[in-house]
Amino acid sequence: MSEMSVDGSKRRFLVAMSTAVGGVAAAGAVVPFVMSMMPSARALAAGAPVEVDLSKVEPGMLLTVEWRGKPVWIVYRTQEMLEMLSKHDDRLTDPNCEVTTQQPEYCKNPTRSIKPQYMVAVGICTHLGCSPTFRKEVGPADLGADWPGGWFCPCHGSRFDLAARVFAGSPAPTNLVVPPHKYLSDIKLLVGEDQKAA
Amino acid sequence: MEKVINWVDARFPLTASFKAHLSEYYAPKNFNFWYYFGSLALLVLVIQIVTGIFLAMHYKPDGALAFASVEYIMRDVPFGWLIRYAHSTGASAFFIVVYLHMFRGLLYGSFRQPRELIWIFGMLIYLMLMAEAFMGYLLPWGQMSFWGAQVIINLFAAVPYIGNDLSTLIRGDFVVGDATLNRFFALHIVALPLVLIGLIAAHVVALHEVGSNNPDGVEIKKNKDPVTHHPVDGIPFHPYYTVKDILGVVVFLIAFSAILFFAPDMGGYFLEANNFIPADPLKTPPHIAPVWYFTPYYAILRAIPPMFGSQFPGVAAMGIAVMIFFALPWLDKSPVKSIRYRGPKFKIALGLFVIAFIGLGWLGIQPVTPLFTLLSQIFTAVYFAFFVLMPWYTKNDTHKTEPERVTDK
Repeated sequence: MSEMSVDGSKRRFLVAMSTAVGGVAAAGAVVPFVMSMMPSARALAAGAPVEVDLSKVEPGMLLTVEWRGKPVWIVYRTQEMLEMLSKHDDRLTDPNCEVTTQQPEYCKNPTRSIKPQYMVAVGICTHLGCSPTFRKEVGPADLGADWPGGWFCPCHGSRFDLAARVFAGSPAPTNLVVPPHKYLSDIKLLVGEDQKAA
Repeated sequence: MEKVINWVDARFPLTASFKAHLSEYYAPKNFNFWYYFGSLALLVLVIQIVTGIFLAMHYKPDGALAFASVEYIMRDVPFGWLIRYAHSTGASAFFIVVYLHMFRGLLYGSFRQPRELIWIFGMLIYLMLMAEAFMGYLLPWGQMSFWGAQVIINLFAAVPYIGNDLSTLIRGDFVVGDATLNRFFALHIVALPLVLIGLIAAHVVALHEVGSNNPDGVEIKKNKDPVTHHPVDGIPFHPYYTVKDILGVVVFLIAFSAILFFAPDMGGYFLEANNFIPADPLKTPPHIAPVWYFTPYYAILRAIPPMFGSQFPGVAAMGIAVMIFFALPWLDKSPVKSIRYRGPKFKIALGLFVIAFIGLGWLGIQPVTPLFTLLSQIFTAVYFAFFVLMPWYTKNDTHKTEPERVTDK
């Protein structure tokens, strides 16, 4: 066969089609390998909602549970604690919870909670991921006389009040995250699942 | 684009390598069906390496965790079942293509001068592959993993004088245990693959140095075009044989996928049922057989009775049965290479050898009975006779005259 009889356009068409089909096949073959690096069914099961029994939580007490490998705090806030919350809005970065990613819609309120007495928050600092220390006492020597009670991050000194809202001047940019949660009964809390829109 | 290539070419022989090994590597124009299996073996190697890397991300080489981690891969890891079955099917596929690739060498005399080193590198690859398969089979830590390894390692214990110490050294313990599993894992995923890739590179470099053989067994380099200096019976590997090999890849992948999706255990031949039971050092399964690719040698092992109160002769026969392939280039005294021009003696010998090899493979899976042992002994004799008598029957055979050029049929 001489060079003259080669149908160049047909040849280019066949090469392009073979390359395209082969490329799609190769891309398809990549999918299972990439997917296998995603969390396994076991890891997903570990991320299942966690049920918490609130009957053991006394007023003023902090309970830490594990949800998706992270600490989740449940604090039973006393009446005095709740009254303190509204008195330092001017010192907070985001007192009215404008950053919508940090809490579910149903917790966008002054106490950042469904039931005001129970504060539920993910105990991971929004700065670099340490877990802040619970400091419920008012005005201790090391935190200053104006400390209203809350959390102090030992890593870089971020401060949060008892609604887990960050004080202005802290390295942490936003309030702590309130996870999705709902009450199954008066004393049963489910962390990890949203309550249905009322 | 051209600028980039020029920049690279000034620093690295990119275009030159592409030309030397693909677009200006002249391969005989008469390759046939049998010439698919070299490139397919490379494809299976890639499948094994890629699936193996992803399996190693989830597998735990620990006697207490290994079995459960494989079940975890099968059930919990997204697409883990697919990757694991691709790896186990790939192991058998590797031996299928390699056995066909080796048989092609026997048919057309590809092991003959000047390709002895290609054959030797290839045989070393085959040995490494056997070690890879054996060590990999221990990793799922099922009953067949455990007892298979137990039996194979005890073969080394049959070596006179040093045997017991040797098998203890291999196991790292007095029984197959956690230490054995851990070291087999290291060898399986790091050491042997490195050696394997080096040997494959040597195999291909040696091949491209002397050039490919072909179904006629005549050297195409003897007849070069006076102007271009390319062999007149050669065509560039790329695009002619890359396109041909892509067809082979497509057909291979159809068969591979069919097994992978519809019969990953291949009725117990690719994955034995007993291996879905966790390893139990206190209980041997009633019927122990190696995976199909080892059964011819296993049958030879069982065919040789113990002598002088030692089972070493059987072990030695098995080892020699593998190693004797290395001698092939020097055993064949025929003036022609390809079966197309050989006489009836070689054709009959090769036919008997194929029957003996497949027969031994079948017998290696069967339980021991007096009849089967006798058959194994006969086939073992045929197997060795093929090699030992080769200098005689190839020298005294009648043969047709080789053509000057390839026949393109």
